[in-house]
Amino acid sequence: MTTVVLNRRNLLAAGGSILATGISGLLLPARAQGLAPTDSMAGGANNYRKGAPIVERIGKGGFWMSGTVRRAGDGAPLAGQRIQIWAHTTEGQEHEPQSHGATLTNENGAFRLEMPQIIPIFGQPHGHLAYDSGEFKTVFLRPVMRSAKDNSLEAHFVLQPA
Amino acid sequence: MRLAKATLVWAALAAAICVPIAAAAASPLLAWRGPLYILAGFAGIIALGLALVQPLLIAGYLPGLSAYRGRRVHHWTGGALVLAVLVHVAGLWITSPPDMIDALLFASPTPFSPFGVVAMWAIFAVALLALLRRRLGLRTWRIVHMSLAAVIVAGSVAHAMLVEGPMETISKVALCALVLAAAIKVMADLVRRMRATSRGESLARQ
Repeated sequence: MTTVVLNRRNLLAAGGSILATGISGLLLPARAQGLAPTDSMAGGANNYRKGAPIVERIGKGGFWMSGTVRRAGDGAPLAGQRIQIWAHTTEGQEHEPQSHGATLTNENGAFRLEMPQIIPIFGQPHGHLAYDSGEFKTVFLRPVMRSAKDNSLEAHFVLQPA
Repeated sequence: MRLAKATLVWAALAAAICVPIAAAAASPLLAWRGPLYILAGFAGIIALGLALVQPLLIAGYLPGLSAYRGRRVHHWTGGALVLAVLVHVAGLWITSPPDMIDALLFASPTPFSPFGVVAMWAIFAVALLALLRRRLGLRTWRIVHMSLAAVIVAGSVAHAMLVEGPMETISKVALCALVLAAAIKVMADLVRRMRATSRGESLARQ
């Protein structure tokens, strides 16, 4: 069962996205038809190490990073896409190689990688994700956890051709 | 009686600064941080504590320090504040260069960064202008210093409140509230005195 959480953050986010969609729809009528590509987030590429290996799990695990990868426009799920994940965790700092790993999306365009618990770093508990394989335009995401006690985090990619 | 009051004031000041430091020192987050990152974080807490001491010193609220001594110590504490901010920024820069560069360029995703960076530049500006204060004249210097001090206090408090780190919430809120209260009280008193002086001058001119 899905629980709908009505709190200030969700309402703000929902209101903001409605506003953003409405305004961009008015300004860019041509793009209003399809799913807009995800922009890279500020600071998303910080401490990125290109080419981290595809792993079953980063370190000892205990925390789940998950998300989806879709194509801009029609929103079709993209299978077999390589997503790299890194963060400051209980097992290492952000820049250290053991904090980095990659995984592939399944046939539904979904990915899920177990990693060590993320802890607050530089003032916010956050993770980093990258799509950087060339076929589509590179995107770096930097989602922030609602609470440092959370043991999962999600990030979603909508990619456009490079 | 006076001794009791003096002891109480100093004990309260020591507690306001040392309790947040002790609480942060007990944070479980420190286990996952390197020594330099820990040092940089505590330099930030110490800087916040010095921001409480500064107005109390210059206003002569600390018992046992004459106005002259208070002003002398205020200069040295100001120097220490600059040093603490330098250690804070340098330590964080070495810990994660891209995050610190983003912050300094106002390109950081974290909402607290611009407040800290603005407060940092205001602290450096006060320190530089303090060296030239004789050339500025007392009135100009007071206005400039007070404006920058308001930026420093507001920026530092916003910065500290928005950061999620090893500082314990209640002791952090208490320290921030005291920093704000001390700055507002001392500035209000000084503005009142400056108005009284200029009124006195215009009366004398008539």
